[in-house]
Amino acid sequence: MAQDYNKQNTYDVIVIGAGHAGCEAALAAARMGAETAIFSINLDSVANMPCNPNIGGTAKGHLVREIDALGGEMGKCADKTLIQSRMLNTAKGPAVFSLRAQIDRRSYQREMKHTLELQESLDLIQAEIIEILTKDNKIIGVRSHLGTVYKTKAVILTTGTYLNARIIIGDVVHSGGPDGLLPANRLSESLKELGFELMRFKTGTPARINRRSIDFSKMEVQQGDNPIIPFSFEHETIDREQVPCYLTYTTEQTHRIIRENLHRSPLYGGAIEGIGARYCPSIEDKIVRFADKERHQVFVEPMGLDTEEYYLQGFSTSMPEDVQIEMIRSLPGLENARVMRYAYAIEYDCINPYDLKLSLEYKNIEGLFTAGQINGSSGYEEAAAQGLIAGINAVLKIKDKQPLILDRSEAYIGVLIDDLVTKGTDEPYRMMTSRAEYRLHLRQDNADVRLTPKGYKIGLIKEDRYEKFLMKQKSISKEIERLKSKTVPPSEKVNNFLKKYESSQIGTGIKLYDLLKRPEITYEALKEIDSEIPDLPRSFAEQVSVSIKYEGYIAKQLQQITHFKKMEQKMIPEDIDYNQIPGLRIEARQKLSRQRPSSVGQASRISGVSPADISVLLIYLSAKWKRGGKQ
Amino acid sequence: MDGLLSDTIGAISTAVGNAGISIIRLSGPEAFSVAAKIFRGKGNFYEYPSHTIHYGKIIDPDKNDVIDEVLISKMAAPRTYTCEDTVEINCHGGYVTASRILDLLYRNGIRPAEPGEFTKRAFLNGRVDLTQAEAVMDLIGSRTEKSSKVAVSQLEGRLSDRINKLRHQLVEMLASIEVNLDYPEYDFEEVTADNCIQNISLVYNELKNLIEGFQYGKILREGMEVAIIGKPNAGKSSLLNRLSGKNRAIVTEIPGTTRDILEEYVNILGMPIKLIDTAGLRATENEVEKIGVSKAIEVMDSSDLILFILDADSGFEQEDADILEKIEKYHEKTIYVVNKTDKKDEDKLNEIKERIPEVLEISVLEDSGINILEKEIYQYVNKSNFDTDNQLLVTNARHKKHLQQTLADLEKALDGIKAGMTMDVVSIDIKSAAENLGYITGHQVSEEIVTNIFERFCIGK
Ligand SMILES: Cc1cc2nc3c(=O)[nH]c(=O)nc-3n(C[C@H](O)[C@H](O)[C@H](O)COP(=O)(O)OP(=O)(O)OC[C@H]3O[C@@H](n4cnc5c(N)ncnc54)[C@H](O)[C@@H]3O)c2cc1C
Ligand SMILES: Nc1nc2c(ncn2[C@@H]2O[C@H](COP(=O)(O)OP(=O)(O)OP(=O)(O)O)[C@@H](O)[C@H]2O)c(=O)[nH]1
Ligand SMILES: [Mg+2]
Repeated sequence: MAQDYNKQNTYDVIVIGAGHAGCEAALAAARMGAETAIFSINLDSVANMPCNPNIGGTAKGHLVREIDALGGEMGKCADKTLIQSRMLNTAKGPAVFSLRAQIDRRSYQREMKHTLELQESLDLIQAEIIEILTKDNKIIGVRSHLGTVYKTKAVILTTGTYLNARIIIGDVVHSGGPDGLLPANRLSESLKELGFELMRFKTGTPARINRRSIDFSKMEVQQGDNPIIPFSFEHETIDREQVPCYLTYTTEQTHRIIRENLHRSPLYGGAIEGIGARYCPSIEDKIVRFADKERHQVFVEPMGLDTEEYYLQGFSTSMPEDVQIEMIRSLPGLENARVMRYAYAIEYDCINPYDLKLSLEYKNIEGLFTAGQINGSSGYEEAAAQGLIAGINAVLKIKDKQPLILDRSEAYIGVLIDDLVTKGTDEPYRMMTSRAEYRLHLRQDNADVRLTPKGYKIGLIKEDRYEKFLMKQKSISKEIERLKSKTVPPSEKVNNFLKKYESSQIGTGIKLYDLLKRPEITYEALKEIDSEIPDLPRSFAEQVSVSIKYEGYIAKQLQQITHFKKMEQKMIPEDIDYNQIPGLRIEARQKLSRQRPSSVGQASRISGVSPADISVLLIYLSAKWKRGGKQ
Repeated sequence: MDGLLSDTIGAISTAVGNAGISIIRLSGPEAFSVAAKIFRGKGNFYEYPSHTIHYGKIIDPDKNDVIDEVLISKMAAPRTYTCEDTVEINCHGGYVTASRILDLLYRNGIRPAEPGEFTKRAFLNGRVDLTQAEAVMDLIGSRTEKSSKVAVSQLEGRLSDRINKLRHQLVEMLASIEVNLDYPEYDFEEVTADNCIQNISLVYNELKNLIEGFQYGKILREGMEVAIIGKPNAGKSSLLNRLSGKNRAIVTEIPGTTRDILEEYVNILGMPIKLIDTAGLRATENEVEKIGVSKAIEVMDSSDLILFILDADSGFEQEDADILEKIEKYHEKTIYVVNKTDKKDEDKLNEIKERIPEVLEISVLEDSGINILEKEIYQYVNKSNFDTDNQLLVTNARHKKHLQQTLADLEKALDGIKAGMTMDVVSIDIKSAAENLGYITGHQVSEEIVTNIFERFCIGK
């Protein structure tokens, strides 16, 4: 077997997989100065979006902002390649404002691949990795399908949905990766040998239709926002022509077709073993489970500018071809639909994230990190966020530094990783704003405040961007101070202004700050009565406005956060033996021994560990601290 | 094992002072061997099957003295309250014999149990959960039958059921709000402000009822606190002694005898009551007495009922006027009493009645009027017409704290909605409310909301 130990094949960090997780991981590692290689089975599939052609949405948009605030790439790349952008939830409050963009899929891939190619200290290599090499439970290298050995100190596994992947369409089942790409059938064995517990998850994607066969006149049109709000804090504006999306609905006929053909669905026939997510049921699932709902939405979205492919969001299925076409043609506007790619379901191996530390390092092997869909998550943004953290922590590890761990009060990324690692998951995990306890603090507008200093500290945010960030914060607090100190008189002008916005009249002078607290008065509107309002960029104004309007609520969340941090800061010694703690229930003992949480806070979130167990643990630890004299 | 639970504990497990039988309970690894040592009955203690009761005698093995005739029950771990080997000794010789047996046990290596320690062990051994443990603690502390009824129903989970139901209502409402926040592209019915206000108010009112029961629950469990106040020498300590049937407080003719507060549990017509004797209220230069006086003032504030004692011997003096001014704001919870009516000085008594027409006349010396006073106290407690048999009572202070926080959260949520705040922040308060209820029952809310969303709403690609 060819063994190549020459210098050329030696790296600090090796990333296996060039999906959304792998790309962020590799860029972060290389940018932090590590000699890095990133492998993919096929270089033409770098940063592929095998499913919906969009980035962002609720909670996911937050993740993209956070990735950007830490110095990641996804937001920038999305800004460059988006073809429609909308801020969702604008009527529902700043905690849930969410950016969502329709992306030109091919441009995105090209852009990301080119970014990897241009990156210093980074090699992009086409090869299937089939084995991870360790010695004394430490990473030493990886082996490719060609037998080449690449030496390294750290490995980041980001194999997505490729491990032992199977494609299912109706009763046709075959080995294969997404979008007709090759699966990775050999690496799972190596992972098992390293002690990973592998799980089998499932996901699916709907059909793609040729635009020429769609009658958009029967559908609702959805236009993008103007102006476009960028993802990246580095971009203030984006000037671009946008394309519309469309909306149609299932009909009674659709439902009938599905019901009549249920027996042909592998989901109901038993051919699919993998566990699918509750939040992305196939259309047949929806019709069975929500039988009394008369119609379901189907969004029709462009896959790009130089293609006629349209994506049918809301219509994922694993029915056989002939049923699919019948179903699709029952939708208004799609009576003559020509299918280019049929919907399919995919089943794949993933690891149990329970086996990871919060740094995303595998507990049993030093230097082995995992990120993305292999960790049981789903979604491009979830993958990218983990990839970034794994990339950063792999480098910190080989530099012998403390890992970067974001907690639940600091970022959605923290919530995501803590949920996966602490609670494990029994279905592909999707980020939602309701998973975040401190949602009003974890806003998309202030992701830079929360994370850019950290990005700067680890070296992913460059000096000039950091300077700009500091300036921004300065002018924001200056403006807040100004609003706090400036009073407007109860003049006719002011009261007319208030009347216009259906706000109660004033009899004495009032601070602009207090006016802005009224829900009906926007920061923008204040310009009508205050000529001194500076011409701040949109993103600055947003932070000024939100921090004043929601001050009371934000303060409450910060207070809750302080409380939360107390338990997070009660560290549990690494060598603790849960079997020696009298009073712990057996289930808790097993769960804690397996999970080995780093703090009492983390322990309290493990399922099967009750508040009573936590009391016992606290009693035990405080006795120990008393004896040892430290906490 | 160097654990928390390696020793054997023992204590009298029925409330001290109550009638005939006392039960002494032992729990821990040595329970059987110590019991075998001091118990003489038919056959060998070690050979008794678990969960059986036996008749016999308790003997002091050193002196070969018989201390009492008893019934002894033997219960082997883990099917016991504490999950440890347990022995219960039923003796009928009253408090004195019970304490002699206890003494004997302590000499034979049993450690006196701390208050609530049996339950703590049950909890540490995984036998009971947090709410149950707390209810048991209440039960142990409960001093009369009425209060143990409340504690028992709590133990059976009626309170948890009720709170869980309310919490579930909040979670459902949250899921309806959240699904619209997390899935804006879908056409779910938006939760309207009116709808929200209506739902929140329902939960709010129920909780409010629960909390109002707390004060009464606390009175039932801990006993109502009754403060005896008055100027020096009015006979406050004498009254305490009379009501408790003990000579707890020092009584002298010297004004300023009592200088600290003194507490005594008494049983008035079946109600547990904590009587608090205080230092006579007057302006004083004496440092010790000064502290006593300021403590007395604190007690007036915290107590459930005040007995203001006047003195028919001295009449209405400046000191009484001063006190009257101080307790004016507590008028609702004050019973005015004039003592020493045996002195029969009509002028002085009238002087007092002029100022305080509704004053109750008693004489501790002659034991007159005391029955009426007892009835007044009893009626005061029952004035709040709670029906203990059907009303769920919150008796635990921790529960009350969380309930109050829940109320505050719900109020904020209502304010927010009315002020036109957006749903993302309104939901923070509702969630916080649901979480506070979750603390009582030990449930986590976040995951539940997510589950509820997926169960009730159809989302997906
Ligand atoms: C059919 C389908 C439907 C989906 N639907 C949705 C959806 O609706 N919503 C949503 O949010 N997400 C969806 N996803 C998931 C989304 O695509 C993934 O979550 C995301 O792309 C995961 O990113 P990743 O970086 O973890 O892995 P991937 O993007 O899958 O990338 C994996 C990379 O690893 C490489 N690789 C794998 N094994 C090896 C190996 N042994 N050696 C070398 N290279 C290897 C592959 O070539 C690829 O480059 C869907 C995925 C699929 C396939
Ligand atoms: N004649 C008569 N004397 C009483 C009566 N009650 C109490 N006394 C006497 O009054 C004196 C004071 O009684 P205490 O009970 O010590 O009075 P106190 O209010 O506690 O006094 P301080 O502790 O000094 O504030 C004692 O000598 C009692 O014996 C009563 O009903 N009639
Ligand atoms: Mg006294």
